[in-house]
Amino acid sequence: MSPATELQWIAAVAALACALPGGFLLLRRQALLSDALSHSVLLGIVVAFFLLGSLDSPWLVAGASLSGLLMVLLVDLLQRDGRIKEDAALGLVFPLLFSVAVILISRWAGHIHLDTDAVLLGELAFAPFRRLEWLGLDLPVALWQMGGLLLLNLGFLLLFWKELSLSAFDSLLAGSLGFRPALLHTLELGLLSLTCVAAFDAVGSVLVVALIVTPAVTARLLSDRLPAYFVWAALVAVLSSQIGWRLAVGLDASIAGSMAVAGGLLFTAALLFSPRRGWVAGLRRERAQRRQFARRLLVIHLHNHEGTPQEAEECRLAHLSEHLNWSAETARERVDLCLESGWVSWAGERLSLTAEGRAAARQALEELPLQLAGAREEGLLCPWPAPRT
Amino acid sequence: MIQLDHMARVVLAGCALIGLTGGALGTFVVLRRQSLVGDVVSHAALPGIVLAFWLTGSRSTPALAAGAALAGLAGMLAASWILRRTLLREDGVLGLVLSSFFGLGLMGLTWIQRQPDAAQAGLDRYLFGNAATLLSQDLAWMAGAALLVAGTLALLWKEFSLLAFDADFAAQLGWPVRGLDLILTLLTVVVIVLGLQTVGVVLMSTLLIAPAVAARQWTDRLGRMTLLAGGLGALVGVLGGAGSLAFARLPTGPAIVLAASGLVLLSLGLGTRGGWMWSGLRRRRQRREGREAVLHG
Repeated sequence: MSPATELQWIAAVAALACALPGGFLLLRRQALLSDALSHSVLLGIVVAFFLLGSLDSPWLVAGASLSGLLMVLLVDLLQRDGRIKEDAALGLVFPLLFSVAVILISRWAGHIHLDTDAVLLGELAFAPFRRLEWLGLDLPVALWQMGGLLLLNLGFLLLFWKELSLSAFDSLLAGSLGFRPALLHTLELGLLSLTCVAAFDAVGSVLVVALIVTPAVTARLLSDRLPAYFVWAALVAVLSSQIGWRLAVGLDASIAGSMAVAGGLLFTAALLFSPRRGWVAGLRRERAQRRQFARRLLVIHLHNHEGTPQEAEECRLAHLSEHLNWSAETARERVDLCLESGWVSWAGERLSLTAEGRAAARQALEELPLQLAGAREEGLLCPWPAPRT
Repeated sequence: MIQLDHMARVVLAGCALIGLTGGALGTFVVLRRQSLVGDVVSHAALPGIVLAFWLTGSRSTPALAAGAALAGLAGMLAASWILRRTLLREDGVLGLVLSSFFGLGLMGLTWIQRQPDAAQAGLDRYLFGNAATLLSQDLAWMAGAALLVAGTLALLWKEFSLLAFDADFAAQLGWPVRGLDLILTLLTVVVIVLGLQTVGVVLMSTLLIAPAVAARQWTDRLGRMTLLAGGLGALVGVLGGAGSLAFARLPTGPAIVLAASGLVLLSLGLGTRGGWMWSGLRRRRQRREGREAVLHG
């Protein structure tokens, strides 16, 4: 593989590995925990580095995950007696851990690779230079790492799918059924900090948040079913990594930054065009409802005057503007709508209901008697004769 | 007392001012449970800083701060629009806005850095903050912001108090809740942007939260809490600033965060409103009284 292809693979695999734990995190309303975790793991890395004197050690990962858990524990402790709310506790703890790490680095380790820039912002472009040969495959270390984490996260998700879904939606029920949601949550967070550590080597700590949160948030707009939600999240993750890659190459800019921006763009697209929850879909629904209401109003009006002495007068097109408060143009449009759907037909100068239109009017009157009665009481409608039954 | 040179005085005054304003305003941020807003705004400001630098080619505080404020405000408005229009909840939306905006800023930053005229050195001081780069004229801006915040709080005190405790009731009374909310957000953005240069993106949120949380442990009155938070913020700023001046390679932002966290811990322990020490003492006394009652009763 060429370095460029390898980079694309790393980006896609990292995005996928982060998107999976992000799914349940969002459902638990703890998406910002990813932000806090990704900052806190720095402390663990620094401490492990001081103890071991090396940056290439599995203990670094262990230290990082431990500091992630320490953060969660501290937040829990602070908010326990209710004097500090959860958001404030989170906002206090992770800057503190991050600050301690920054101070340790800048006072005693200013010369090593762990400069705060690289950790915060990350640089994917160098990933292909660190390689590892295993099982006859010579691949970048980052790809091995992220691939392993992807498998781990996927395995965890599939193995505990039932337990995870239950405790995300109703952790009290999960607890009373004996599923131990707290333990499960701790495991989840441990995995999440592992993922953060591995990913921030590649994309930097701030953009880990993008990889974790964006796919889930976008998928939430696209589906209400849990399995579909995860499939969408995975799709968005891969797509944003590839679009981000193109953007980065095209503009000669940071790959990690471009991936985050691509995720934001995909979210915006979902916000506008999601089939059920999108902005466009909302506008169309509103328009359809407005037309449906207008059609119903017209046939009800005709139905009420059908066979009465006033029929000839009430059912002229010109009269509609007076009675239904429609402008001549609107009245024309709406009559056309009803003509199209075959609810009314012209009988000389006046409109008359077809059989279909009569049925529609009756149905509408059946469905809306309360609203109609209420509206008439408030004098919002003209004093029509009571609907015949 | 040690003789302070000009730079040291500027640094200390800057830290104190930003601590004062951040603390006072933070009272409302914390009470409205928007503690993570500071984090979001300060990350979202990055693209604005980069854009302002690219457009004006200067690193002067007003230009960059204006860009940062606009971008931060845009981020907050985007977040509140999405929150109103979709079923998504705050955590997800804030995370999304934070990371997308920051990613955009990062793209811009790397793009500018790869341009031939590399006069951009120092832009990244906004990421971590360095009070040593403060100039006397920056102080004027900070003092202006402090006055603005103090004036607005005094003028809209009643409205903001109700907004902090019962926004729904305020809306029912027909008060322009959205407008008031916007004013508070605007003030927060201004303070954060001015603080970025001193403490940086990652740590600015602490300066909003910590003094308010600490002050809350000492009083139940909103007025006192606001004043106390302002005072504690200034104290923390000065402590952190002095620390970073006294020790080599101790960055200002983290130093202030350490001081602020220490203060929170102290207040949690000693605070007159349920501090650990008092409740511990009370428990001991009750246990002793109970024992005596059993023995002599």
